[in-house]
Formats: sequence, C-alpha cells, structure tokens
Amino acid sequence: MLTSIKTNHFEGNKSKELGMMYFRVAMILFGAQLLFGLVAAFQFIFPGFLFEVLDFSVARMVHINALVVWMLYAMIGSVYFLMPDETGVETVNIGLGKLAFWVLTAAVTVVVLVFILVQVGPGTESSIWLINEGREYLEAPRWADIGIVVVVLTFYWNVFATFMKAKVKTGVMQVLVADLMALAGLYLAGMFFTDNISMDQYWWWWVIHLWVEATWEVFVGALAAYALIKIIGAKREIVEMWLWIEVLMLFGSGILGLGHHYFWIGTPEYWWEIGALFSALEPVPLVAMFVHVLYDWGKEQGAAHARGETGSIMKNGPAMSWIVLNAFGNFLGAGIWGFFHTLPQVNIYTHGTQFTAAHGHLAFFGAYATILVGMMYMGIQNAYGIKIMKATFKSKMGVFLIAFGVMGMTIALTIAGYEQVLIERAELGAGWNAFFTAQNMPWYVQAQLWRAIMGVVTFVGFIYLVWDMLTIGKAQAGQTEN
Amino acid sequence: MANKNVSVWSSISFWRRSAAWVTGFAAILLVWLTFDSVGQISMGTDADLQKAVAEKKETRRVPAPTVINYKIGYAMDAKRGHEVPTIGEKELFFGKEWSEKDAAALLHLGKLTSQAKNCMDCHTLLGNGAYYAPDLTKAWLDPNWEKFMYFGQKTKEEGIAYFLQHPAKSGVHTRKMPNLGITAEEAKGLVAFLKHMSSIDTNGFPRNFSKTVNQFKTGGSNAH
Repeated sequence: MLTSIKTNHFEGNKSKELGMMYFRVAMILFGAQLLFGLVAAFQFIFPGFLFEVLDFSVARMVHINALVVWMLYAMIGSVYFLMPDETGVETVNIGLGKLAFWVLTAAVTVVVLVFILVQVGPGTESSIWLINEGREYLEAPRWADIGIVVVVLTFYWNVFATFMKAKVKTGVMQVLVADLMALAGLYLAGMFFTDNISMDQYWWWWVIHLWVEATWEVFVGALAAYALIKIIGAKREIVEMWLWIEVLMLFGSGILGLGHHYFWIGTPEYWWEIGALFSALEPVPLVAMFVHVLYDWGKEQGAAHARGETGSIMKNGPAMSWIVLNAFGNFLGAGIWGFFHTLPQVNIYTHGTQFTAAHGHLAFFGAYATILVGMMYMGIQNAYGIKIMKATFKSKMGVFLIAFGVMGMTIALTIAGYEQVLIERAELGAGWNAFFTAQNMPWYVQAQLWRAIMGVVTFVGFIYLVWDMLTIGKAQAGQTEN
Repeated sequence: MANKNVSVWSSISFWRRSAAWVTGFAAILLVWLTFDSVGQISMGTDADLQKAVAEKKETRRVPAPTVINYKIGYAMDAKRGHEVPTIGEKELFFGKEWSEKDAAALLHLGKLTSQAKNCMDCHTLLGNGAYYAPDLTKAWLDPNWEKFMYFGQKTKEEGIAYFLQHPAKSGVHTRKMPNLGITAEEAKGLVAFLKHMSSIDTNGFPRNFSKTVNQFKTGGSNAH
C-alpha cells in the first residue's frame, strides 16, 4: 500500500506528497480501529473470546486510540495537502515535516505494540510513564505524550511559518492557524497525574470535549470550506463568511458546552444550567453547516445549468459524497444523538450507558471520519492529476456500506442504551446486580448481536474503500489524458 | 468585501470580529468558572473532615483520604432532592485507623494502580469510561459484596481485595474480570480508592442507588 499511490503527478509539490504519507498511515490505523472494534463487539456476545489473552479493555483501548490517532494523522495530512493551495507558497520545511512523520509513526508503532503485548503494569509511576496512562482516550504513556507534543509543535511551526510567508492570508488559513494552536495547547491539560479522581476527570474533559466538540469541529468547518471551493467551485467570499459564522457558533456553544460533562463528577451544581444551555445550542452550527453545504452545492449546480453547462459540476465525485455525508452525519451524530442525552434531567439516567457509545460511534464517524476520507480522495485525485474524478462501483459500495454499517451500529447501541436506562438505572437503581440484570435481558443481547453484525458490514465497506483508493487513481488517470 | 454598500450581515470582517469576541468571552467565562470549580473539588484535609463529622455537616465535595476511616453511606437529602454521601462513625479499615499520611499514600497507590491496570477501559468511574463492566462510582457501597459473603473474608475491604486478586474465581457471570496481576498491597490501595470515590458528592449520580440496596434487603425483588 505504501508504494501503490504514485506521487509522480504532484508536479513537484512536496507538501502534498507529505500529506499523502500521513493519509496512508491514517488508513492503516483506521483498519486497526475497525478490527479491534470487532474484537470488542464479539466479546460482548462471547465473553470468553480471547479472555486473558486480549481482554476487552485492551481491544477497546486499541480501538479508541487508533481512532484518535488516525484522525490526527488525516488532519495533519489534510493541512499539508491544502496549504500550498491556500498560501500560494511551498511549505517552508518539508524535511522537518518528514522527520516528524517518521518519529511519530515509530512512536505510534511502539505504543500500540506495548498496548497489545504488555497491556498493564504494576501500580507505579513508571507504568504511567512507560506502559499505559489508563485514562480513556489518553492511554498513551507519558513518554509518548511528550513525543506527540514535540511532533505537533514542529508541525505547527511549519504551518505558522508557511502562513506568515503567504502574500494573501485566506480565511481558511486564518481559522486553521488559530484553531490548531488551541488544539495543540489543550493536549497539555491531559498530561499530569492526580490522586483526586474528580480533578482528574475535570481536566481530562478539557482535552476530550474541547477537542471533539470545539476545536475539531472548527477544523472540519475549515476543511469543508476548502473542499467546497475546490470541488464545486463555490465562491470563496461566501464560503469564508459562513466559516466565520460557524466559528462563532461552534466556539460560542462548544466552549461552555463543556459543562455537560460536569454534571456528576464532583463538580458544583451550577454546571447543570450552564452545561444544559450551551450544549443544547451545540447542534445549531451543525444545522448551519448542513444547510450551507447543500445550499452551495445546489446553487453552483444551478448556476452551471443557467450558463448552459450540462452534467455535474463536481470535480471529485467520491470526495463530494463523503463531504455531503459529513454534513448529514455531523448533524445527526453530534447534533441529534448528542442532544438526546445532554440535559441533566435525562443524563442522570443515561450517563455511562450504551447511549454514550451510540452517540460516540455516529458522531466520530459523521463529524470526522467522513470529511477526512473525502480529503484523502482529493489527495488521490491530485496525485494522479485527474481533472474530474468520478465515483466507481467500489467507491459507492465503500460509502454506502460504511454509512449503513455505522448507522446500524448506532441504532443497535441506542436500543441497548434505552433498555439499559430503563432496567438498570430507572427500575433497579444502578449497582452491580442492576448492571448485569440489564446486560442479560434478551433485547440488550439482541442489540449487541446487531451491533456486531453491523460492525462486520462496516468492515466490508472499509475493504471496498481501501480497494477503491488503491485503484481509482490508476484507472482514471489514463482517461483524462485522452 | 471592499464594497461599502454591502450589508453588515454579509461582511466577512464583521463575522470575523464577532467570532473572536464570542470565543474570547466564552473562554474567559470558562477559565473563571474553572477557578471556582477547581477550588470546590480540591481534596479536603483531615481537619476539614473531622470538623464536618463533629458538626454533622456536609464535608467538602471531595473529602480527605482519611475518609477511609469512617463509615460511608449514600442517603436521600430532602433539601437537595437526591442522594448524597454521608459520613458516619469511625470504622476500622483493614483492621486499623489510618493516619493522614498513610491514608494519602494508600490512596495514591490505589489511583496509580487504577490507571496502570486500565480499569477505565471496561468500567466507568464517575460514569466515564467503558460500558463493559459495572460503574465503580459507588462500588464500595454495593450490597452485592455482602451477598457474596465477602468471598469468605472477614470484612468488606478484605473481601473486595480478595476479589481483585482472584477475579475470575469469584465471578458468577460468563462475563468475568480478567486476572490483572494485582498484588495484595495494590488491592488494598484500590479498595481505598473505591471507598474514597464513594464519598465524593456527585450531585446524586447514580440516581436511586438505594433502590439496589433495598432490593437486596427485601431478598432480590422490588417489593415494598
């Protein structure tokens, strides 16, 4: 896979080539995420599966860490990919960017191997430093944390220096430069140890929430703006005005929306009101982004028809399908599924149930996976110098099966969560016995079975996606040369 | 948008300035609230705890590690409208009363072990984590420890420590906890960590936990 995507059509653009390197590793980690997710899903149905060999905790740790890391890879790749277009200059230090890539990839490999082979350590500081930090999503040991910070700083320096060199500072780049600084800085909030579990969770959420419900969302807004300009020729003034409105609404709701994680972790009651109000506003910008993408698409298509042009204006069919899916998925997964359980009156019962898992699956997929896959398709189009890239049967199977599979998993987990809320939380009042009574109810068990089936569907879709990515460029490169 | 006749609503610089102001304002509010919250959730001292117990008042939201020397409950508070942790009379923990220094060291070992053994990728703590195994927020108070007769040990803390060291042997479901190589000392630390966590004021989460307790008392049904 590492050599199959040719880079000879980049016309000497090293930044885009570097972006492709990040995309390839992102896809490998995406595959790992799905495989370990399947293991964890099977363990819900057959608890003996790989028991004391690769326990649920290990499978789940690799599942969620591969997710976060592949998305960070794809995000870095996207920035390196779009920067030459947005700044009009070559990225200042490609050599450093490549070095950072290899250092990061080596570190990720070691961390994953330690997760799988060593798994846990004794209750000492050195376990936290060398093996596993044991904090959901931030399991990477401390040495790797420091390495990640150094790599991200070199990346940020590259972005910032290139931005400063640019003659025209586009809105997309302005947003990215500001957003990436916040994104990188927030990681520091998750890098200390405390005996106080409430304090631990307080700062843990600073990283998790302010990433996925604030800075990552703004990042997606900037990517969507770039992609709309590139794929359907949307007008920059309109797209960038929308982008600033999105930043306003995303940060305006998302920053204080952090309060919805502070209902039950020991923090004061005032977070009930603050968290409820601001997190309830979080879907608003997602509706706006959804309307914006579809409106611009329709408007540009209409304008093309009015000019007497026939056919689609899309310069990249597969990328556009993933970006439209992003508009839907972000609104559904982050917006609707998030709002379901964001109010404290509901959350007192749903907190820590499969409801959260349902929301997590659709939101990470809808808001992030979709648009990042779209960016990869733009990378392939560019790598092969294809003017108009059309979706193949494999692209369609990839997008359909993955979307269907993830939606299926989400619905199954929602049913499991609903059952868990009613039986475990409302009827039996939580606790050990209540938990297992709910876990063994037939509807819960069936829901877990459907989740596993839909996980397999998602994985088949992923195989189509990778197959398409490996072949679509070569197949269509020749056609445009005619 | 050089054209001055264009409405302010379609002006990029207007939206950019608004975005900066709104973001800045939200961030400042968050930082201000964080100062207050961090103050409220800082761990109390043994002196705070003794004073609160003597005056029969609520302790700090996160009490001192020496809370392991007291009987902890979780009872309905009529004024607040939900259950809150209660701190009762003194009780021995692993057969002794722990000094401030020793209790802090034990909690430190327990918290470190909870991370090194990656509890959070099966269980939830304060409701956060994975959903494969029961929530641990009030695990110390769970009536099932009594139901299992503390796995043949004399006290609840020894029973939980035994379970943590021999989880698969003691499990009664097909979904079992794996053996994580927890030592006797680490197990003690983990029990202290669980007992301390059960004393944190979580604004009534998990709700209706006493239903579980009552159900146990009435012999496994919800009959009132």
